[in-house]
Amino acid sequence: MSCLRLICYSFAVVCGLSAGWPAVAQETIKLAYTDPFSGPFASGGDEFLKNFQYIIARKNAAGGPLGRKYELVPFDDKLQPAEALIALKSMTDQNMPFVMHCTGSNVGAALIDAVSKHNARNPDNRILYLNCGALATELTNEQCDFWHFRFAGSVDMRAAARIKSLPPDLKKVYLLNQDYLFGQSIQRDSKKWLAKLRPDIEIVGDELMPFGKVQDFTPYVSKIKASGAQSVVTGNYNRDLNLLIKTAVDSGLDVRFDTFLSHLIGGPTAIGAAGENRLTSIMEFNSNVPVDLKVPAAEKFATDWRSSGHDTDFSALNFVTMIDMLTDAINKAGSTDPLKVALALEDMHEKDLLGQETIMRKEDHQLLMPYYAGVFSKDVKYDAEHTGFGWKNYMTASAADLTLPTICKMKRPE
Amino acid sequence: MEIVLVSLLNGLVYGMLLFMLASGLTLIFSMMGVLNFAHASIYMIGAYLAFTVSRLIGFFPALIVAPILCGLLGAAIEVWGLRRVHSNGHIAELLFTFGLVFIIQRSVQMIWGMLPMAYRVPPSLEFSLFTFYGEHFPAYRGFMLLVSAGMLLALWLLLKKTRVGMVIRAALTHPQMASALGHNVPMVFTIVFAGGCMLAGLAGVIGGNYQTTEPGMADAMGPIVFVVVVFGGLGSLLGCFIASILMGMIQTFAVVINYSMLDLLKPLGVTLSDSNLFTEIMMMPVARIGALLPFVMMIVILLFRPRGLLGTRDT
Amino acid sequence: MSGTRSTQSAIWTVALLVAMLMPWLFYNYHTGRHSGFVVSMLSQMGMMSILALSYNMLLGQAGLFSFCHATFFGVGGYATIHFLNMAGDGGLPVPMELIPILSGLSGLGLAIVFGYMATKQRATAFAMITLGIGELMTTAALSFHHFFGGEGGVNANRMIGHSLFGLKYASAVQVYYLILAWVVLATLAMFFLTQTPLGRMANATRDNFERAQFMGYDPRMVRFLQFALSGFFAGIGGGLYAITYEIVTFDALAAPLSANALLMAYIGGSAVFGGPLLGAVLITLLQSGVSLLSNSWLVYVGVLFITMVMFAPNGIMGLVLAHRPVARAGLMGQLALPYLRVILPGLLMVLGFVGLVELTSFLTIGAAQGRTLVLFGNRIDVHALLPWLISAVLLFGGGFWFRVEARAFHRVWERLMAEVAPARALA
Repeated sequence: MSCLRLICYSFAVVCGLSAGWPAVAQETIKLAYTDPFSGPFASGGDEFLKNFQYIIARKNAAGGPLGRKYELVPFDDKLQPAEALIALKSMTDQNMPFVMHCTGSNVGAALIDAVSKHNARNPDNRILYLNCGALATELTNEQCDFWHFRFAGSVDMRAAARIKSLPPDLKKVYLLNQDYLFGQSIQRDSKKWLAKLRPDIEIVGDELMPFGKVQDFTPYVSKIKASGAQSVVTGNYNRDLNLLIKTAVDSGLDVRFDTFLSHLIGGPTAIGAAGENRLTSIMEFNSNVPVDLKVPAAEKFATDWRSSGHDTDFSALNFVTMIDMLTDAINKAGSTDPLKVALALEDMHEKDLLGQETIMRKEDHQLLMPYYAGVFSKDVKYDAEHTGFGWKNYMTASAADLTLPTICKMKRPE
Repeated sequence: MEIVLVSLLNGLVYGMLLFMLASGLTLIFSMMGVLNFAHASIYMIGAYLAFTVSRLIGFFPALIVAPILCGLLGAAIEVWGLRRVHSNGHIAELLFTFGLVFIIQRSVQMIWGMLPMAYRVPPSLEFSLFTFYGEHFPAYRGFMLLVSAGMLLALWLLLKKTRVGMVIRAALTHPQMASALGHNVPMVFTIVFAGGCMLAGLAGVIGGNYQTTEPGMADAMGPIVFVVVVFGGLGSLLGCFIASILMGMIQTFAVVINYSMLDLLKPLGVTLSDSNLFTEIMMMPVARIGALLPFVMMIVILLFRPRGLLGTRDT
Repeated sequence: MSGTRSTQSAIWTVALLVAMLMPWLFYNYHTGRHSGFVVSMLSQMGMMSILALSYNMLLGQAGLFSFCHATFFGVGGYATIHFLNMAGDGGLPVPMELIPILSGLSGLGLAIVFGYMATKQRATAFAMITLGIGELMTTAALSFHHFFGGEGGVNANRMIGHSLFGLKYASAVQVYYLILAWVVLATLAMFFLTQTPLGRMANATRDNFERAQFMGYDPRMVRFLQFALSGFFAGIGGGLYAITYEIVTFDALAAPLSANALLMAYIGGSAVFGGPLLGAVLITLLQSGVSLLSNSWLVYVGVLFITMVMFAPNGIMGLVLAHRPVARAGLMGQLALPYLRVILPGLLMVLGFVGLVELTSFLTIGAAQGRTLVLFGNRIDVHALLPWLISAVLLFGGGFWFRVEARAFHRVWERLMAEVAPARALA
């Protein structure tokens, strides 16, 4: 019996020894990145990883921070907080100064907490959490933290952009969201902004549905029809959204779908022609925005992405902004020390790839950035995921438009 | 009134989809006592295969080819895997199929990638059959009803009216005797398992473009299908049918009910002021938990009738 | 479980010593700190050991197949977070070392409620009831905020300032030793339970419940008590989880964790008391260790599981214990060469399989991710024929060779068995 144990422990020793070597001065700056890469949610992590590889390769080619190069080190967190925290320990063991993470507010909340406690308890081995996609508004409000920087619009910001981009002749809206923190936040913030910006709109339905469990949307479609709504405003994504739209179109329901996340990878393919001219979404970027805003460099960025063998549309402009700001902060601080870089990141103003002004607000470490409302249409230069339809930009909400108040009371390190 | 009729129709369609999936599982469960965890995974494979095949030779040929491929896969699993595990008991068989789930999911991700497939309803079936209270009833849904009804009929005929069916039924209840009479019982098990997988594959062909074809579809459909099978009972296809329709109806009707327990108590003058876990539960409208009602129903029936609705065998 | 008590005690003592010394094996003398990753993994192994052992109270000892075991782990965790917050605010004067007792009691309370329903039935009906309970609890954890905190979960600070030994629990190593202490306590308690009438009757109802009824014991009562107590220990595990990670989300009671518990108990060996502990160590290594090396780790877990189910249904411990009669007769030496002859082709087969899986995975997924495949330190070009050929040869060639050697091994084994226990050979 002890034989087997011995084998297991030897294996552990071998693993451990490689982790326990003293940190040799590395030439590259290690960017840890954790997201799900296995299991049913791996598609998001997979896509984002490719995005980061692309962005970092370009950054390194153009000259990285302090003349050094970035190195991306992925860790699979399987969308579970415990796994992410174990991975975090591995990162801090290897003295990695930065960790990026883009999927799941459950993991995001856990990381903010863990990074904060770790930095307080280990001032000589700090790490900075760069959040590229955990969207819960609480993360830069009640749960805000000095060591956390969010480079994606919070739910509140997106809701503001969403409501602003509703057509003026729209009078009746049906709210349908998933019954968990994210969906409930969208529901709450949508109602808040509707009351503030569009009091003329009547909310004829306000519904929460079980997350990821509904197989048949026909009863929901019947309800929407019975309510007389002209548009469904929904934060649903993936299966919960694709099935909803398919069912609605099959039933001949003539409503708009003003969504938050239908542009996420896989959405256009699943929805297809069913979404033409009635599906809209709020996004950080799509290939047609630079055409609209006449920024050839950004357009080339997107087309290069496609021609380097990717079947999908590049939409993660905020990742580019994140890496740009990080690089500038490291250069400004003159080192990769998380405290110095954090102080340099705060209050940074930067023009993103589209030439729009973005600000990393000092109060809550939330990036103030523009969002673009796109409608799914044939009348575009670039289509999405080879479906023949693409996102046609019809409204821009600038960073200034989306600068919202925060209740963050951040504890700053001495 | 309108909403009742509409919900009835919708519930029926959804119930039939559930039945398509659950019938194969009931067959396997009844015959072999194995709750095949990988059933929903075979459903997923059926959908993906149908997507690939229909791109090559069209949807209607794929309707035949994909289930056959799934049946062959099922036969392979049974012969090389499950058979060896029979002797170790029911739990071992269950665990075996459980291990398959992981492997199949990752394989699908590796072979077809992680994104949803553009598996669409064939254009020949993309019209509206009739209009019901202003809502279109797509022809594809009618096609689905047809196929599932056909499945039910074919299964019933096979089991009750043919020799093969008789042998299968005998091997179910008295395997040693059937074997002593010269029937190849292991072969019967293989046929049944392959047949169940074929049904799952067929459900996948139909369901794959009605819903979406993506690596998470097995995880999504799995639990509800088990609930239906267990609720319907072991050894009863009719039980499975009734359970599917019942669950479909209940889930559909639940969505239209916006009342919560608090609304029931309001006429009695009960109000809740504080905000805590108890009030949250009280204020939960039925529509929010519609998808969970099948589980509640299953728990209730198992507490009082462990055989399920029409089960003929104890589990 | 026969075998001299002193050998067993010796083995457990050695294991405990190794567990206590592990963090120091990975101490980094340059930076003056332990490897946080290793300590994390060890802590995770500790928690999972308790979870797996408590699961085995149901699976191995009572023959009950439960799908909702993680519920008690998770609720124990949530409750502990709330307790920690209360203690930190000064409202709960319980020292940190005793907090897991409260966690256990929370798990126990819930297990009593659910167990009352679930244990009304046995076998598949029981399993399906627990499936339903698991689904309901997961959805509740997502929907209700007050206790569960929604998707972001609830968090706490474990430095509550109360401690029996004056420890602060700021460092992960202190938490690890707390976990280790509780693992020892829980293991002893669960072992003690197996020796009590309840434990024995649980085994009896598992093997032949009608006969147990004839003897006058109510199998339902036995099942219920066993379920409730397993919930108590799972709650302790959840409490340790909460203390370690200081945050609990719905993942702590979701189906994947229950599935993990099953995996650990089964692979380690559900027929032997210590099996699940071994399983927990192995699966944690696989999940948190191997997954850092490969994204196809789920395939490996699935294949390992299936192989175990097919060829070693008693798990690893079962395999090891099968050698006991041979060891007692002092004939282990005769197995050395046959083992070597089997292990070598086996290793080649595994290498071939890993190679093929990684190549395929890389071809479709990894290449697009812009990575280069590095297997065992060598850069590999996925599109060249050679790596595929080598892997295929290793897998199939190794497979054939393995079959030959396995048959030879089987013959040696049968011969040894006949020698060592002639009566058994006739069976």
